[in-house]
Amino acid sequence: MPGRYGVPTDPDYQERLAEFEARIRRGEKIEPGDWMPEEYRRQLIRMISQHAHSEVVGMLPEGAWITRAPSLKRKLILIAKVQDEAGHGQYLYHAAETLGVRREEMLEALLSGRAKYSSIFNYPTLTWADIGTIGWLVDGAAIKNQTMLAQCSYGPYSRAMVRICAEETFHHKQGKEMVLLYAHGTPKQRAMAQDAINRWWWPALMMLGPHDKDSPNTEVLVRWGIKTKTNDQVRQEFINEHAPEILAAGLSIPDPELRYDEKSGNWLHGPINWEEFWQVVGGNGPMNKERLEARRRAHAEGAWVREALQAYAARQQRAVAV
Amino acid sequence: MKPLVKDALIAKLTTLADDEVILAHRNSEWVGHGPILEEDIALANITQDELGHAILWYGLRKELDGSDPDRLAFFRDAYEYRCCELVELPKGDWAFTMLRQYLFDLYESLWLEAAQQSTYPPLAGAAQKIIREERFHLQHTRAWVERLGLGTEESNRRLQQALDFQWGYAQQLFVPIPGEELLVAEGIVPDLVPLKARWLEQASRHLQNAGLKLPINPGYQPTSREQHTEHLWSLLAEMQSTARWDPEAKVW
Repeated sequence: MPGRYGVPTDPDYQERLAEFEARIRRGEKIEPGDWMPEEYRRQLIRMISQHAHSEVVGMLPEGAWITRAPSLKRKLILIAKVQDEAGHGQYLYHAAETLGVRREEMLEALLSGRAKYSSIFNYPTLTWADIGTIGWLVDGAAIKNQTMLAQCSYGPYSRAMVRICAEETFHHKQGKEMVLLYAHGTPKQRAMAQDAINRWWWPALMMLGPHDKDSPNTEVLVRWGIKTKTNDQVRQEFINEHAPEILAAGLSIPDPELRYDEKSGNWLHGPINWEEFWQVVGGNGPMNKERLEARRRAHAEGAWVREALQAYAARQQRAVAV
Repeated sequence: MKPLVKDALIAKLTTLADDEVILAHRNSEWVGHGPILEEDIALANITQDELGHAILWYGLRKELDGSDPDRLAFFRDAYEYRCCELVELPKGDWAFTMLRQYLFDLYESLWLEAAQQSTYPPLAGAAQKIIREERFHLQHTRAWVERLGLGTEESNRRLQQALDFQWGYAQQLFVPIPGEELLVAEGIVPDLVPLKARWLEQASRHLQNAGLKLPINPGYQPTSREQHTEHLWSLLAEMQSTARWDPEAKVW
């Protein structure tokens, strides 16, 4: 479809860009096939595929605990949750495909280490309480981001987010319920819950992305309605909701500078260790190697299965042709 | 219900539930590691259903003796478990897992179909409730057996290997437990003899149509559910590790 994706050297670029930005300002959704700047498409593919990869890689830290869930009910809930994540991954890959990129290309980018996924999944799940904490804090942070993205200007992404948010809200609820139960449980359960909060609090804040001043993509993303809030705004919303709830449960938060500010109505946090964040994003987090290796192994071990599927499909087609 | 019949029913429900719990455990080891994303979704779905069935069977047992399903699942040791050996075997490759699930699904759907006529209404009701799910599973795993059997040389070879390994183990699904004849006489559970004939007929036909050879010598066929593979101890050690980690914990 020539002319579908515009670049600044196109003769009519400025005109079309103005039209495109006016549509966004009017709150219209951009749909597949509509004219869009190439840069808009590129940013969306980057974000949607990263998001899809995050769902797929995110299955690993939680999936590893299905076999160790402490009750039949928890086991059932956890399998359902990880299944939802696989479903979100599938849904998001499809959303990205509407921009003319194939799932195989995206997977290749993930397996080769070129594509990014959420930094949060490069931390290990060390105890069962991590499962509750991921649901409460990590999904809680993700929901803040996704609720914002549900308003985004690209139709397929926006609709995917509406659906995904509904399921994530359930994950968030069950995670919170679990951590609160342990916070009021036996001394060992309580200690386990506190330990999990200690380890996940900062990574949850970091996963919402660098400060606005250090976020190179934010400006253009906001202008084109892909993001409707900045990282710092979303992070503040997350803290304002979760900090008082954690403290009310009698658990502590590993930030000595955390305090409520009467004037702004915000919970203010201490400095974030961005050095750690960039290390993790750069591939040096505690689990980067293992996560990628697990994905590569599954892909390699599944190669003969995918070949068999193709061979079988070809055979069926020949049978029809005869 | 006569005490002997009740005891036999409790024992039978335990075997049904134990099979599902252990099979669900093995299948859940695949979640996040499947050959394609769609299969992560499908197998997670089947696994949830199997676990749901286990909860249902333990629940029926609870109505009879007041036992707590979570205590049964997480606080019994390997020698107290009554699952068959087939479900304990490590997950192997995709062919091994799909074949096992197919053989089990075919057995379970035949069993449930017959159990809908149980003279024990809670059992009949449970069977009616879950038979639909089981038919979906069977449809899914039947298709996988066909695809792998008729796919490539490699997929056929892997599936044949799995069949050679599992065929003898699968026969245990049709070995009645001690006292089961009382339940059959009362019409509470289906007689396994005609079910086995139908299972053999349907499985043989489908496997052969998928280009597989039925093993001439099926090898070891477990006969008692008091016996287990070497794998069950480690499987339970993992499965029960969190539940047993804090003896004071009342709720999870």
